[in-house]
Amino acid sequence: MTRKKRRLYILLLCAIGLGSATALTLTAFQDNLVFFRSPSDIVRETPPPGRAFRLGGLVEEGSVQRQGEYQGRPAIRFRVTDGAHAIPVVFTGVLPDLFREGQGVVTQGMMGEDGTFRAREVLARHDETYMPPEVADALKRSGHWNPAQGAAPPAANWNTLDPQRPPAGQRSGS
Amino acid sequence: MIPELGHFALILAAMLAITQSFLPLWGAQRGDVRLMASGAPLAVAGFIAIGISFAALIWAYATNDTTVVNVVANSHSAKPMLFKITGTWGNHEGSMILWVLVLAGCSAAVAGFGGSLPSALQARVQAVMGMISLGFLAFILFTSNPFERIWPPPPDGQGLNPLLQDIGLAIHPPLLYLGYVGYAVTFAFAVAALIEGRVDAAWGRWVRPWSLAAWSFLTMGISIGSWWAYYELGWGGYWFWDPVENASLLPWLAGTALLHSAIVVEKREALKVWTVLLALLAFALSLLGTFLVRSGVLNSVHSFASDPARGIFILCLLGIYVAGAFALFAWRAPAMAPAGFFAPISREGGIVLNNLLLCSITAVVFVGTLYPLFLDLLTGQMISVGPPFFNAATAPLALPLVMAMAVGPMLAWKRAALWPVLQRLWWAACVALLAFILTLALAGWHVLSALGFACAFWLLAGAVADIADRAGVGRTSLRNAWNRARNLPRAAWGAAISHAGVGVTILGISGMGLATEKLVAVPPGGSTTFAGYEWRLEGVRDFVGPNFTARKATITVLRDGRVVHVMEPSKRYFPIGRTNTTEAAIRTSPAGDLYAVLGEERDGEAVLRLHNNPLAPWIWLGAGIMALGAAFSLSDRRIRIAAPARRRKDEAEAAA
Repeated sequence: MTRKKRRLYILLLCAIGLGSATALTLTAFQDNLVFFRSPSDIVRETPPPGRAFRLGGLVEEGSVQRQGEYQGRPAIRFRVTDGAHAIPVVFTGVLPDLFREGQGVVTQGMMGEDGTFRAREVLARHDETYMPPEVADALKRSGHWNPAQGAAPPAANWNTLDPQRPPAGQRSGS
Repeated sequence: MIPELGHFALILAAMLAITQSFLPLWGAQRGDVRLMASGAPLAVAGFIAIGISFAALIWAYATNDTTVVNVVANSHSAKPMLFKITGTWGNHEGSMILWVLVLAGCSAAVAGFGGSLPSALQARVQAVMGMISLGFLAFILFTSNPFERIWPPPPDGQGLNPLLQDIGLAIHPPLLYLGYVGYAVTFAFAVAALIEGRVDAAWGRWVRPWSLAAWSFLTMGISIGSWWAYYELGWGGYWFWDPVENASLLPWLAGTALLHSAIVVEKREALKVWTVLLALLAFALSLLGTFLVRSGVLNSVHSFASDPARGIFILCLLGIYVAGAFALFAWRAPAMAPAGFFAPISREGGIVLNNLLLCSITAVVFVGTLYPLFLDLLTGQMISVGPPFFNAATAPLALPLVMAMAVGPMLAWKRAALWPVLQRLWWAACVALLAFILTLALAGWHVLSALGFACAFWLLAGAVADIADRAGVGRTSLRNAWNRARNLPRAAWGAAISHAGVGVTILGISGMGLATEKLVAVPPGGSTTFAGYEWRLEGVRDFVGPNFTARKATITVLRDGRVVHVMEPSKRYFPIGRTNTTEAAIRTSPAGDLYAVLGEERDGEAVLRLHNNPLAPWIWLGAGIMALGAAFSLSDRRIRIAAPARRRKDEAEAAA
């Protein structure tokens, strides 16, 4: 085997490897990218049932019901809000340790036919003061918090904010 | 006083690192023997200085010195002593000190073991290690100084995240860092080789043990991290394709490729440029992992703080080291003459295939991990890439890799014939096929798991076939073969053991593919059947620990009316920091794990999540076997000191 031919073989192999890696990545991306949506996004444009996405926001105060079953498993129902809209969620499983009313939450699952979000998982957070960046962003977009006017108000107040009025943090600023 | 001593020692270490970065390098360029020889003692001195600094920090934690900001933020007097000490590296600043300590330790080890290393190479390696050390010491001193004081001292600390108060944390980061930083040594060797413009078998013989050691520590570190996630987070899973997990997997993949290609450099002096590139890549990915975890770009249990200044600093370090090394590579690599030609079907060819597939997997994981970051940065769109992506994209690449893994070690160097090797492996193929069919017959239509079992048995049988072939089983008497097997080089045994370890891990992963789960609400005294067992909830009671209170459930697991095991899952509440943790109860046996988690209590019933995880312990056991194989290879005297020493003696005699 000549040097030239050997180099050709190796180049060919590399091209195949690189090509298959790219092809695999692209096809897997097509099927498995999970988009983040806030409650307002969902109201604006309902995602098709059967497509997984992440829903994030705050757990609405007083909305958590720890009773009843869903598909034969003990279920938990709560609502996720971004201040402007709220989406009902049903989850069967053990909630992560830092799941609390009024706190930021990210859930992954699919929209059901009845407009209830079926969460397959509720993502665990490890720090009680932590606000998932997606949620912070969603809250900003729904017009409740202008970062230029200081830090986010306490998470517990979010779901009580009236979308028509500026929130407490902005009022004190103006 | 002690914290100031630690601070001073750290500054001293930075000064030593500056000296170490320049003096030996200058000496090597000028051919000045005395300057070159300064590298080794400087490395040892730096190690001692950082060791003093680390000891001072441990002292501050052990005595709960609340005048130190770092202790206040991460510790508390009520914590058990063990976790006070391990908490030293359970936070950003402390873990960075551990990072540089391990780096300096490696540097000192190169100095200690490197007596037979050509002095110019030793000097250049030490200089590069000094530069890396300097960057990270500057990072600590300017952005994350653990010795900062606070006055007046608060009455007590804020406590450590309870998830991190665990024995897994005590060993996971140091092992992981030994792995990451071990690649700093191969990186330094690669850069030194680029400066010299020479890569030969002796260089390969030096790089190989370091890449072996780093690989084996990284393997252990990753598997202990995965095990920790399995028992401590209580989700019942062992690998989540979390960006932080991927950050440690990337250097492991590149390091595995390096490990193999270094053999080719050592044995055949081929693939030289490629091996140097891999050595640069493995460390670049280690740095990337450090950046991702430490900068707070990713949010997880690993990112202790998100301070943009730190992120930018590490990004700059990453840029300087990686860009510098790759620029040097582009400039100098063409000067390295290729040698050692081989046919496509040969041991070298097999290793090229291994490298190709491993690098493809690395690229896929890299893209999947970083794509969400870039998309967010460029378009502001929030997406996440989860386990389905990684499974779908890596499995098709891993399958040919595993198939080739059993064949490769049996091919001859330089030029080989594929058919005779396949003939010697036919029984392994039969075992794999049998495993495939049996799984489908016994466990139902789980094609992926069945494929996994087939791969696992293919590798296990392949490892046996490899050793049997080398020992000459079937061609000579059994006694003779036994003696030959015993006298096989340890490196051959190491390779077979490591490959079998991969098989064992795949066995566990495939078993986990058949895992089942049940979520059920049970009243005290009530029971439920799951996985062929009866699970009886005896009751839920309060429990008080050293720094937490807990609700603890007692579950009796029965089979045919006989008690198999009593499990006590609990939910802990830590008043300091006001956090809850879930403590899963796990009953481990070779056949698999029974895993129980206590959920909330409602209407007099307790919600239980029960898992049956077949073969789960083998995942981590397999990783242990892989590391053991690497240790075996490492203990092979042939690849260690003797050969280069002899070679140098020969050269000296030839010159004389």
